[in-house]
Formats: sequence, C-alpha cells, structure tokens
Amino acid sequence: MPDNQVATQDLKHHFADLEHQKATSTFGMWIFLITEIMFFGGAFAAYLVYRLYYFNAWVAGSQTMEIKLGAINTVVLICSSLTMVLSVHFAKLGKRKLTAICLLLTLLLGCTFLGVKAVEYHGHWMHHEVPGPNFHFEHEGNYDPHQVMIFFSLYFAMTGLHALHMIIGAGLLIWLLIFNARGRFTPEYNTPVEMVGLYWHFVDLVWIYLFPLLYLISHSHNG
Amino acid sequence: MSSHAHHPTVKTFVAVWIALLVLTAVTVYVATLDLGPLNPIVALTIATVKALLVLLFFMELRYSTALTKVGVTAAIFFLLILIWLTLSDYLTRGWSSYIHPFH
Repeated sequence: MPDNQVATQDLKHHFADLEHQKATSTFGMWIFLITEIMFFGGAFAAYLVYRLYYFNAWVAGSQTMEIKLGAINTVVLICSSLTMVLSVHFAKLGKRKLTAICLLLTLLLGCTFLGVKAVEYHGHWMHHEVPGPNFHFEHEGNYDPHQVMIFFSLYFAMTGLHALHMIIGAGLLIWLLIFNARGRFTPEYNTPVEMVGLYWHFVDLVWIYLFPLLYLISHSHNG
Repeated sequence: MSSHAHHPTVKTFVAVWIALLVLTAVTVYVATLDLGPLNPIVALTIATVKALLVLLFFMELRYSTALTKVGVTAAIFFLLILIWLTLSDYLTRGWSSYIHPFH
C-alpha cells in the first residue's frame, strides 16, 4: 500500500493533516497527564503535611522500608523508560520487529516492578504493618502507633495507585504489541505508541518522587 | 518536517538513561549519611533533576509545541500553589493561640 493511502486511512476527517492530528493528540494526552499530576499532587501534599505533624512516626514507618528493593525497582523502572522511548523511536522509523522487542522488554520490566512490589507488600502484611484491626507496630521512638498507621495508609494508597497505573500501562503495552504485529504503525502514523510512551514515562515520574519520599529521606534520622 | 531535524537520537536516550542510573545511585548513597534537615532537600533536588531529564528527553517536552510547554509549565505552577497554600494553612494554625491582635 503506498504511503499516501495509509495516511488517508489514519487521518480523521476533522484534521487538516497527520501533523495537525498528532499535535492535537499530544496536547490532549498532556491535559490528561496534567489532571494526573494534580491528582497525585494532592496525595503528595497530604504526605508532606502529615510528615511535618507526625515527624517521629513518619521516621519510624519510613525506616521499615527496604531501600534495596526500592532501589532495584527504581532501576527497573528507569530501564523500562529507556525501552519505552526506544520503541517509540523504532516505531517512527517503521522498524516493526525492533518496536515489538522494545515493547515486550518494557512489559517484562513493568511486570518485574509489580513483582518486587508484591514481595514488599507481602513483607508489610507479615509484619502486621497493613492499616486495620491487625495493625501492630513496636519500634523504638517517641510517637503514637496510630500515627504510623496513617503513614502506612498513605504508603499503600500512593504505591497502590502507582501500581494500578502500572497495570493499566501493561494492558496498553499488550494492546500496542497486538496492533504492531498487525502492522498498524508506520513512519507516518504511530501516535498510539507515542501516547502510551508519555503515559509510561509519567508513571516513572511519580515513582521518581515516591522513592525518595517513602524510602530515603528519613533513613538516617532518629525519631 | 522541520521537527525531525531536532529529533533526539538513540545516543541521547542512552545518555539520559545512564544519567538517571547515576543519580539513583547518588541519592541512595546520600540517604545513608545523616545530613539532618538537608537529607530531604538533597533527595528532592536529585529527584527533580531526574524528573526534568524524563520530562525534557523521554517525554520529548524539549521538542514539543509551545502550547504543550505552556500547559505543562502551568501544571507545575499550580501544583506548587497547591502545596504552598496547603502548608501555609497547616503550618500557621498554631499561631492563633499566641497571636491575639485584637486583645
């Protein structure tokens, strides 16, 4: 099929040309991501306020985090961002096989992240650190254990929402893999790959802030 | 298309990836040192540098249209307002107990 026919098929009638269509999609995706920034921003603001109010409890809760697992997951996510950006790059060049390999690697790294997160959640569960009637926390420090429960509530809410975004991202990657295998992406039309890329990098961005806030900043402090 | 001339290469992506890994190693190392109130400041500064690298190169904001750049800048600005106003409320609530301007 000649390129101009592919272009006609992919171009929605209300856009002047493919470039116009892509610019609109990109801005629309960013608007969605901006709402996500504000949404996660509210959680970050809550975390900040509580950390200032219940500093000792925050230090105690934060020190139960396994920095090694958090760091491994950070590296996994950064690697997945590289493979994602490379799949966008190869999709733009029309290299279907390389696009598929990079998308698959991104998916595998995403699943690795979720696996490590599951190991961490299991550890918190076993140590009775999940908020609720079985919550039990006895570490040295001058604080009310209920305040540590708030720490863990925010920890599970924020990392849980982040993990939910990863699961949705994994679904989107599978969708891209199927469409890529069908040859739907060409050097002229590859907007879906690029938009999922933006989403995937946004999820990475959230983790870039979650990792220091939850694992690192209170590691050397004394409650 | 003129935008293709400025498009990032695989080399750029790999360089950004290495920078992100190095910054991660640095921030994990710094966490083991007791710097007092500086710990969060250093960690969040490194996180912001990492975030900027992801935004500018992986999310290609550097090569985006002016409209997208303005939109994202506005979002960051409003996020800072959200945090600033929240803190200026919570951190000053205790003040009213000892500042009585009308007494």
